[in-house]
Amino acid sequence: MEQLKTIGRELAMGSQGGFGQSKEFLDLVKSIGESRSKAEEDRIVLSEIDILKRKLLEPDVPKRKMKEYIIRLVYIEMLGHDASFGYIHAVKMTHDDNLLLKRTGYLAVTLFLDEDHDLIILIVNTIQKDLRSDNYLVVCAALNAVCRLINEETIPAVLPQVVDLLNHGKEAVRKKAIMALHRFHRKSPSSVSHLVSNFRRKLCDSDPGVMGATLCPLFDLISEDVASYKDLVSSFVGILKQVTERKLPKSYDYHQMPAPFIQIKLLKIMALLSSGDKSASEMMYMVLGDLFRKCDSSTNIGNAILYECIRCISCIIPSPKLLEDAAEAISKFLKSDSHNLKYMGIDGLGRLIKISPDIAEQHQLAVIDCLEDPDDTLKRKTFELLYKMTKSSNVEVIVDRMIDYMISINDNHYKTEIASRCVELAEQFAPSNQWFIQIMNKVFEHAGDLVNIKVAHNLMRLIAEGFGEDDDDADNKLRLSAVESYLQIISEPKLPSLFLQVISWVLGEYGTADGKYSASYISGKLCDVADAYSSDETVKGYAVSALMKIYAFEIASGRKVDVLPECQSLIEELLASHSTDLQQRAYELQALLALDARAVESILPLDASCEDIEVDKDLSFLNGYIQQAIESGAQPYVSERERSGGMFETTDYHSQDHHEVTSHALRFEAYELPKPSVPSQPSAALVPVPEPSYYSEPHQPISTSSSVSERESSEIKLRLDGVKQKWGRPSYQSSTSASSSTPPQAANGTSTHSDGGGVVSSSSSKPRSSYESKKPEIDPEKQRLAASLFGGSSSSSRSDRKSSSGGHKPAKGTANKPLATVPKESPIPVPDLLDFDEPTGTSDVAATDPFKELEGLMESSRQDGGGSTDVMGLYSTDASAPVKTTTSVDSLLSELSDSSRGTYHQSQTTKGPNSKEALEKDALVRQMGVNPTSQNPTLFKDLLG
Amino acid sequence: MKVTTRGSFPISYESLRVKQKVRGGVHHQGPNEIGVLGVSGIVKMIKAVMMMNTQGKPRLAKFYDFLPVEKQQELIRSVFSVLSSRPENVSNFLEIDSLFGPDSRLVYKHYATLYFVLVFDGSENELAMLDLIQVLVETLDKCFSNVCELDIVFNYSKMHTVLDEIVFGGQVLETRSDEIMKAVEEISKLEAASNSISLVPKSVSGWRGGR
Repeated sequence: MEQLKTIGRELAMGSQGGFGQSKEFLDLVKSIGESRSKAEEDRIVLSEIDILKRKLLEPDVPKRKMKEYIIRLVYIEMLGHDASFGYIHAVKMTHDDNLLLKRTGYLAVTLFLDEDHDLIILIVNTIQKDLRSDNYLVVCAALNAVCRLINEETIPAVLPQVVDLLNHGKEAVRKKAIMALHRFHRKSPSSVSHLVSNFRRKLCDSDPGVMGATLCPLFDLISEDVASYKDLVSSFVGILKQVTERKLPKSYDYHQMPAPFIQIKLLKIMALLSSGDKSASEMMYMVLGDLFRKCDSSTNIGNAILYECIRCISCIIPSPKLLEDAAEAISKFLKSDSHNLKYMGIDGLGRLIKISPDIAEQHQLAVIDCLEDPDDTLKRKTFELLYKMTKSSNVEVIVDRMIDYMISINDNHYKTEIASRCVELAEQFAPSNQWFIQIMNKVFEHAGDLVNIKVAHNLMRLIAEGFGEDDDDADNKLRLSAVESYLQIISEPKLPSLFLQVISWVLGEYGTADGKYSASYISGKLCDVADAYSSDETVKGYAVSALMKIYAFEIASGRKVDVLPECQSLIEELLASHSTDLQQRAYELQALLALDARAVESILPLDASCEDIEVDKDLSFLNGYIQQAIESGAQPYVSERERSGGMFETTDYHSQDHHEVTSHALRFEAYELPKPSVPSQPSAALVPVPEPSYYSEPHQPISTSSSVSERESSEIKLRLDGVKQKWGRPSYQSSTSASSSTPPQAANGTSTHSDGGGVVSSSSSKPRSSYESKKPEIDPEKQRLAASLFGGSSSSSRSDRKSSSGGHKPAKGTANKPLATVPKESPIPVPDLLDFDEPTGTSDVAATDPFKELEGLMESSRQDGGGSTDVMGLYSTDASAPVKTTTSVDSLLSELSDSSRGTYHQSQTTKGPNSKEALEKDALVRQMGVNPTSQNPTLFKDLLG
Repeated sequence: MKVTTRGSFPISYESLRVKQKVRGGVHHQGPNEIGVLGVSGIVKMIKAVMMMNTQGKPRLAKFYDFLPVEKQQELIRSVFSVLSSRPENVSNFLEIDSLFGPDSRLVYKHYATLYFVLVFDGSENELAMLDLIQVLVETLDKCFSNVCELDIVFNYSKMHTVLDEIVFGGQVLETRSDEIMKAVEEISKLEAASNSISLVPKSVSGWRGGR
């Protein structure tokens, strides 16, 4: 320790050069370093604060000492203590003429003060003066302060000087002036809008460093308004070209790369400028191509530029060649041992996948490795990638993985994010409603407090509406399975409130629906919920409403209702509840129990939660009543607008005759009831809009008590806005149809295959078989996962897959036919492609159809490799190439198509062994999560003969 | 080039305290609610530079947007707790939306007893930021010839000078370490000159009462 002290002192003395500190400061630093607890550190700092407070108040502090006190203040603030008592001294120090003191003062104020601090006003004057200083170091210090301390109001005070400095003799000053101006632009674009042209001008500064600095504000400006900077594309391309050709002074090299930071900035700017602009993109092809060739991928900075190129390519309209280069760079990243590069690779993949969906498939194993990597950052990035590439064919595997990960982490922020992604994917791609409900259960169970309440409403709606087709049986099954799963989950401790609401609602609506569970069983469970979560009023409200529904269904079906003792006590408790909402519900329940079957049935009909309830917003049914009231002398209603306008002419309103009142009718908004504390009433819970209970719920006893007769007589037509759900079913329908068509699609596909078979060019078969001959030995687990993640996707889009099988020699497939690249780049979602495909398979489509061509290519390769690439090959242990799974998935798919095609296509050679293998394969497919559907039997029939 | 350790201070209390802090949650969730796509991309800059030792003691912290002291402390502590829980041989990147708002990235590099940390947003390139840390360290190495933690501790204001030459108002200003060195040396020289004049400890009454 002693030695350490001496070293420290030596050091401090040795490297003084104007930065040295006194012994006291060193001792402070040292004692803080040696403190063994936060408390000890705090003690030291507090005593230091005391010392400083005292010393700062001493008269005649030598400047040097003062400077050190300031540094000590900065230091204690860095340690998290308040040093505001000394701010004024730092401000004073900026006024000093001595450069050292001035700089210290500026340093301290930039760290201490924010731009709106009261003390700033004392500094602005000094800054103005210093900006005009002859000493450029003073100017630099002032510019530094300008960046941090000048706010919108003080910008005009320094703006002229800063603008003058743009032409300062020293490049260091020019650079900083540009940055300061940039800062102004960020803070208040309007105050410097007339100076924006300066940035353009400075792009041509004689000093490359200044030019580099100018790229920062230009990047901002361009991202705000691309169109007005299009003319600069060629300049930027020119600059980048010169940089890469080492036209800059040698001093700009960093790790043998010429000005890499400028290159990166330029690439970013060009990505902005050329996004979606074909001609601008084309101007960049050359230089980007050069970069791919020139970049040294052995250095970090070289890879940084490569990555930036990939990013750029993902924004512009790239040429096939560039895409190929980018894909190659990505595969280098992914194959690297460095986690950093893998991360960049995954990120790049996520970017390119949008324009070239097949690209991920070459790297499936690498992606799966990343998914299992201990590095959390990499894992999350990979989940992001998976999220981007989810399709109906691989959604199950991906969402399962995501949920496993979601359960395993504690970080609430990320948990929320991944939960909402799971929900989103499940909503979009769910292969079946059962699966959807299972996933939702998991999400609710583990992240219930983090998800949006809409998710719960959507889930309830799904359960209530089912498939939406006229298949009551399936709907009932779905509901039963939901009820069963909830009854299992319900007894688990500490469920999230939102989940309990869903559970209560579903149990209330459908708990007794198919007679499997008795009313007393369900109501017992509901009481348990209300008891266990007695502090949660929302849950209690849901539970009571559910109880009410169960009893109502019992009464309506003519059974005698035995209210369990615990229910009875619950109701009694709630009758005296402080929550008016709960109280109301309890009273309603009580009232309902006394009604006869017919009345109850009309109040709460069975399974009517989805019936549209029409609301007559005009309340026309009240017209008669109003008429009557007015006739008997009541004053007509005056709308709010008229009221405010007619405040002083109240006598006037008699002249506003009747029809005006009726034409304005009653403004619905004015009569809206205060929102109930529970977001939605039970039977309207499907409707996200909280409905005032009086109008919205003819089925609810609440309103009946007051207005049943009135309502019946006047035939209310209530109409709920928002009842027509926007998001829910369509996506399920489409997704279910997509998923149900997944397996048969292979069969469908074959017809396309045989169509395309004639156009086959056999070139693609060559490389394929060579890949096969060197399959690496890979963990079958991983293989399966890969297959289910990527294979699924390929099985659902053959055109995608083709390009991956040919991807290693993409030129071949695409070179002579620019059209062929279209499907490769097309971001069309897979199901669409499929829907597209089916007709092409049966109908005769023009020979130029790229899909068919591609399939043709596929077909040929299949025919070649078909025999050798059976599914068992997945587990066979031959050679080694990363391509492996791609091909095995290929083979798998082709096998499938093969076998199913057996009946009408003569591939005798493969037919024999296939039937058995295809069975195995089918099992594998099932394992992988591709849902077998009703069409599967046909497939089997085909297979077996 | 590497940072050597000539000694480190024995400190034992950090990790526990820090972890508790984080579990308590960061009350900075506000902007996140806007959504991941929300405000990202509006502010394109480096948000903070931090240096802390492996015990979590801050050695240098600079936030390019003003933050109150407590907030800064909280962030430093949270960042440290995340860093210290990272295993060896993993990537140098972190996505820390939860601390710095949507689309925030963090790059760190571990040299001997020090963590160098850069916080920035999605508009920057992670690998390039990693190299920016490298630039900083290389420059410091030239400044102090074989820099170590103690140099940084005891040359607090010089550290800031160096950093200000590299990152200016949240933007990368200069990446040539020779150039940075030149600027820093020039400042030192001038300061030394002005210093020698004022070395004669004259009474300060003039500037104290002057205004």
